[in-house]
Amino acid sequence: MYDMKALYEAENVVDACRLRLEHPEAQIVAGGTDVLVQMREGKRAGKALISIQGLPELKGIRLDENEAIRIGSGTTFSHLTRDPIIRKYMNVLGEAVDMVGGPQIRNAATIGGNTCNGVTSADSASTLFAWDAVIELTGANGVRLVPIQSFYLKAGVVDLHPDEIETAVLVSKESYDRTAGFYIKYAMRNAMDIATTGCSVNCRLSPDKKTFERVRIAYGVAGPIPMRVPSAEAAANGKPVAMETVDAFAKAVLEDIHPRDSWRASKAFRQHIAVEMARRCLVESVKRCGGEL
Amino acid sequence: MAQYKLVKCTINGKPVEKMIDVRASLTDMLRNDFRLTSVKKGCEVGECGACNVLIDGEAVNSCLYLAAWAEGKDILTLEGLMGPDGEISDIQKAFMDETAVQCGFCTPGFIMTATEILNSGIEYSDDELRKQLSGHLCRCTGYQNIFRAVKKTMLRRLGKFEEAEQVR
Repeated sequence: MYDMKALYEAENVVDACRLRLEHPEAQIVAGGTDVLVQMREGKRAGKALISIQGLPELKGIRLDENEAIRIGSGTTFSHLTRDPIIRKYMNVLGEAVDMVGGPQIRNAATIGGNTCNGVTSADSASTLFAWDAVIELTGANGVRLVPIQSFYLKAGVVDLHPDEIETAVLVSKESYDRTAGFYIKYAMRNAMDIATTGCSVNCRLSPDKKTFERVRIAYGVAGPIPMRVPSAEAAANGKPVAMETVDAFAKAVLEDIHPRDSWRASKAFRQHIAVEMARRCLVESVKRCGGEL
Repeated sequence: MAQYKLVKCTINGKPVEKMIDVRASLTDMLRNDFRLTSVKKGCEVGECGACNVLIDGEAVNSCLYLAAWAEGKDILTLEGLMGPDGEISDIQKAFMDETAVQCGFCTPGFIMTATEILNSGIEYSDDELRKQLSGHLCRCTGYQNIFRAVKKTMLRRLGKFEEAEQVR
């Protein structure tokens, strides 16, 4: 038995927004793999829950009318990894979320929960930052679109209004077109572990594969919220596809990131692996774009 | 004040309905209301996999799943693998043959994940199989035997009997 005050099960998105206003103190629960653990551990004990678990309208992935990838917030990680649209256009996201927890967790945990937690170590977060994802929020007065960089406010806090739930994660065609990326999760173990640092890089090469048209990089656990690294991007954009560029790109990472000392790893070690991860991620991204180094 | 909900679902192929306390996890419901004690209470925070069951064919830790969410779902526990005359399934037999059972606490959870793997009909590589099985803890450290039992059964179901015999 959970130490739960009440359970309000939303019948659909509109009902969820109504329940949010009716019970402002209640916590939203989707997959349950974080919220129910926190309830068990006492952090959220005695709270009421608004359940949006299993709402069919929040599930699934499709291309919308602007050819943007639309990922329903209730889509589980394992469905994301297997989805043909993700595999074709944004494989790195499927790979990143395939590193969360273990298989049973990935069958339950949702992309919406991963983003609404506002946790810097979320495996989907760095990739969504690096691909300029947009969060779709639905409230009593309609839909609001927020770029993911502005959605994360501070550690554990996201820009979610009292009447809203997150309904989708969007990635525009401009963002995924001719683009390939790679994600590295550095953790102590291969399963059931939280990232010490996570790095996601993607690039688009010129048609002759000689020049970096656009390089984007983001980290999880390099600061209190996931972050982009503009200095590194500037060091690679418009530059020739060569190891010198990759090295300059990786070194520039340290101008922007501010990892901290924690029991998981020291600041010095995190800085060291951050540079190496950036380098390896870009090398792999170039390969996936059909380029040569 | 206690809050209740009538849940209708299918458990091991049988349609059932039960009035449940909304605070109950699916583990609580399966163990207490249906006496399906293969569903173990281990860590209760989704780390050990001992409470794993199949929900609509997908392996889920039932400790992190509310009983209220079972509405309309098709749930399979280890007990559901039993044949019409009480016989055990091939994967259970393989666990016995390979000595993949020591204390037995992790076994039902492992076997249900193995069931999802086997039902997919996919031939996984060794690394993929290990990854598929990584959501379970066995503190008797019998992983190699468990891995072998799953791999042999996977190969046998794909008709590769000779290859299965080569697995060490």
